[in-house]
Amino acid sequence: MAQAQTTQAGTEAHGGAHAADATFPPFATETFAGQIIWLAITFVLLYTLLSKLVLPRLSGIIENRRALIAKDLDEAAAMKARAEEAGSAYEKALAEAKGRAQALAQETRAKLAAESDAKRKALEADLNKRLAESEATIATKKTQAMSHVRGIAAETATAIVERITGKAPAPQSVEAALDQTQA
Amino acid sequence: MASPIEQFQVKPIIPIINFTNSSLFMLGAAAVIVGGLLYATRKKALVPGRAQSVAEILHDFVANTLTDTTGREGMKFFPFVFSLFMFVLTANLLGMVPGFFTVTSQIVVTFALAFLVIGTVIVYGFVAHGLHFLHLFTPSGVPGWLLPFITVIEIISFLSRPISLSLRLFANMLAGHIALKVFGGFVVSLGTAGIGIALLSPLPLLMAVGLTALEFLVAALQAYVFTVLTCIYLNDALHPGH
Repeated sequence: MAQAQTTQAGTEAHGGAHAADATFPPFATETFAGQIIWLAITFVLLYTLLSKLVLPRLSGIIENRRALIAKDLDEAAAMKARAEEAGSAYEKALAEAKGRAQALAQETRAKLAAESDAKRKALEADLNKRLAESEATIATKKTQAMSHVRGIAAETATAIVERITGKAPAPQSVEAALDQTQA
Repeated sequence: MASPIEQFQVKPIIPIINFTNSSLFMLGAAAVIVGGLLYATRKKALVPGRAQSVAEILHDFVANTLTDTTGREGMKFFPFVFSLFMFVLTANLLGMVPGFFTVTSQIVVTFALAFLVIGTVIVYGFVAHGLHFLHLFTPSGVPGWLLPFITVIEIISFLSRPISLSLRLFANMLAGHIALKVFGGFVVSLGTAGIGIALLSPLPLLMAVGLTALEFLVAALQAYVFTVLTCIYLNDALHPGH
């Protein structure tokens, strides 16, 4: 690397290909000091700007996003757990309500059935009683009526005989005739 | 026709302070890096736009490369490694612009950067581990009679690191730019050589187009290689026992 310092300075004035022929430019040692100094200045500047200004900003953006995503995921998980909890609570409440509703319906049905049964029985009993009463009335009325029939027949027979014969028959003969017809 | 190596000529701009085209493009690279990253992150958007995505990808890329090699404790070198990677990458890519000076094709620049890396490794190694840092040269599990040889080999390998690190980057950038210039020159030479021969001039042009694509790859790849090796060397400073 440490090549002899040729007459670079002199040939450089002419410039171009001739100067390049003299020394291969990357090995032209007289440019080294200047390049190293400027590289040092540039790199220190670059490092300072990047480490103090650019990278905190860039890392901040990335970290912020990462934190936000993690937070959102946590929140989503918590919400999901809550939703699941609410879902199971709802299922439980629904099952309880269903059970209660069924019990209530059963009870009501049984009560209503018993009530209507009792009502029907009372009604039937009442009807039977009235039927019996009516039958008794009819029977008495019938016997009453039957007891009058003989009298009416005797009177009618007497009246008919009186009309035909002109004189009333003896009540004993009427009674006898009636007995005869009845026999 | 300018010679293929004329592009590497360091030309003074302000001679009093030794300010040359090399200095200009170093400062230019730094300005592009800082300006570009500040511009990309100006919105600090939660959902990044295109520019901010690029900045974040670069950040994560370097951070992952560093932590993959050195672990979490390597992050204390993150600004240093990020500056190195961005500087080399930007200098390489700026060099791809026709007429621009390629800072990384100067061996003094690549050697200074490599020396900075090795210097950081040595200084940090001794500060953090004291003499234990020298265990770097005496791997464990080596038979006693072999140890002197191994130690000598380890020391030579350690000392050759800055040389290989700087030469690799320098040679890649230099060779690529020379090849581009040579093929570019062929196009002009063939084109002006006569009617029949001029018909051949598209061939080196195609080659130059292909080489340009290759050089973009090399520019990015060499910046990455430089960074990965830096991380590996820093890992020695962080964990010299291995």
